[in-house]
Amino acid sequence: MKTKYNVDENGFYGKFGGAFIPEMLYPNVEELKENYLKIMAEPSFQEECDQLLQQYVGRPTPLYFAKRLSEKYNTKIYLKREDLCHTGAHKVNNTIGQILMAKRLGKTRIIAETGAGQHGVATATVCALMGLECIVYMGEVDIKRQAPNVARMKMLGAEVRPATSGSKTLKDATNEAIRDWINNPVDTFYIIGSVVGPHPYPDMVARFQSVISKEIKTQLLEQEGRENPDYVIACVGGGSNAAGAFYEFLEDESVKLIAVEAAGHGVDSGESAATSVLGKIGIIHGSKTLLMQTEDGQITEPYSISAGLDYPGVGPLHAHLHDSNRAEFIAITDKEAMQSGLEISKMEGIIPAIETAHAFSVLDKKQFKPTDIVVINLSGRGDKDLNTYIDYFGF
Amino acid sequence: MNRINKTLQQDNKLLSIYFTAGYPKLIDTVSIIQELEKNGVDMIEIGLPFSDPLADGPTIQESSTQAIENGMTTSLLFEQLKDIRKTVKIPLVIMGYFNPMMQFGMEKFCQKCAEVGIDGLIIPDLPLYVYETEYKSLFEKYGLKNVFLVTPQTSNERITQIDAVSDSFIYMVSSAAVTGSQSGFGNEQMDYFKRISDLNLKNPQIVGFGIKDHETFSQATKHQKGAIIGSAFIKFLSNNPMNTIEKFINSLKFD
Repeated sequence: MKTKYNVDENGFYGKFGGAFIPEMLYPNVEELKENYLKIMAEPSFQEECDQLLQQYVGRPTPLYFAKRLSEKYNTKIYLKREDLCHTGAHKVNNTIGQILMAKRLGKTRIIAETGAGQHGVATATVCALMGLECIVYMGEVDIKRQAPNVARMKMLGAEVRPATSGSKTLKDATNEAIRDWINNPVDTFYIIGSVVGPHPYPDMVARFQSVISKEIKTQLLEQEGRENPDYVIACVGGGSNAAGAFYEFLEDESVKLIAVEAAGHGVDSGESAATSVLGKIGIIHGSKTLLMQTEDGQITEPYSISAGLDYPGVGPLHAHLHDSNRAEFIAITDKEAMQSGLEISKMEGIIPAIETAHAFSVLDKKQFKPTDIVVINLSGRGDKDLNTYIDYFGF
Repeated sequence: MNRINKTLQQDNKLLSIYFTAGYPKLIDTVSIIQELEKNGVDMIEIGLPFSDPLADGPTIQESSTQAIENGMTTSLLFEQLKDIRKTVKIPLVIMGYFNPMMQFGMEKFCQKCAEVGIDGLIIPDLPLYVYETEYKSLFEKYGLKNVFLVTPQTSNERITQIDAVSDSFIYMVSSAAVTGSQSGFGNEQMDYFKRISDLNLKNPQIVGFGIKDHETFSQATKHQKGAIIGSAFIKFLSNNPMNTIEKFINSLKFD
């Protein structure tokens, strides 16, 4: 099928994407590229994947009509409850898919990068499930900030290796994971945590996450008698939960897509992660995309109170959705997100991850019609952020 | 004839040295090049520092981070190199990642290279097909040779493809590893060196990654035309004054 917004046969989304990788990675990435669609189409693969998503992850996750929020904002708000997935966020949809992919390709050693630790935990979880060796690269700075997730990964049997180069955060952890892959080209599979990296990763991860929008369609049909909402709202760091929530609606322009970025202390403050505003086209981790960088092309360190949104790039799909105006991009500050996190907790009894809280702040920024159906992807729960909430509000 | 191709016709095994521009000190670039040529180095790779060098190990990454902190930029590098051809005759190649070049503007970058007398480029993350479809004619317009990497995992079919697109030398990565992480060559690598040599490619090969002393230099040049030393030289520069470069080079050439 010819698509306007999805990936083309060369791995590009418009002018974004591709595989800008050193030759050392070529055989691995090529092997994956040649096989991922074939493997994903195998009935036995789908069966195993579906079964795990159902029995182990707890899918389908509910599409919950948020009555009190809907009353307050005078519109119809549905929450897609990815926070109810095993491990507390949508991340596991992807790691389940990729670990099955790794097994089909005969790989025995798994590596991953992690920022806040959510993807690391989701990877360590599926490695424990499959009995595979797991090494997670994590920035030295993040290891200190996210001690509970480091402990969880260790308990799950993973080895957590500190990334000590560069700024010692997510982008450096990703560099280290890529270097590990270069050093171990035969037995190792790299489970990337977002819709980033060289083709075919952005497409493969988006496909594994697309279960979110598939379920939204079915559930909305049951509850509202129609498959398509008027709006889908999701937060974007690298962009995997947004890719999953948007996926089935990409080509249907009657569904409006809103991608929410982290403005940090404000887009102009110098401490922000709003890549669509502050980024310029460039190459990061093998992908041509929007990227926060100096004039000289050195990648800069983004800032957000939420560790899951402070990636200096954005997936090439989202760069294209931005460039083509298919999605509206809205930047939300730390302060706005924290207030929304508190509001959702008090009004709906759901403590969201701070990443997710950014998506809710859109309700204060945009006016929706009373008849509009607005789906917010509730990508993760806030347990991991309790310390940040406690410090911020002084509970 | 391009200086690289001329040098490749020499009878001797070629010694090529990589260093990061702007390291250890911002102003060292030109003196390092001159010192290397004076001591009989055949070719030099000037590293354009990048914040996120994926294919490099900690030694080169740290030198790049330091160089950027020192204030090295793409335009400053060209400024430093503007009179280099008044004193230096050996081939000079810029090795760097694609993003800083892209931000500078690829045409402007190539034009500047030609102006100051750069002979070729090594861009590890510029893929073969993107080069062929988007940049080949630009490189040719400015007389720049693009050098591709091959690794022990590269298939013969792809090596043949790379050989066809290349017109200087092929950069042979010695083993599946980032720079600076190897400890001597074993049978596996020697077999790989021989295997590539037996392909009778039209481009000579120069081996890089893991060469650090006379022994590894001799091993790497048993079947190939030359060898590139990077991390070992950066380490040397970190601990020794510039006027002892002669000692380092001699230790590579002689036992």
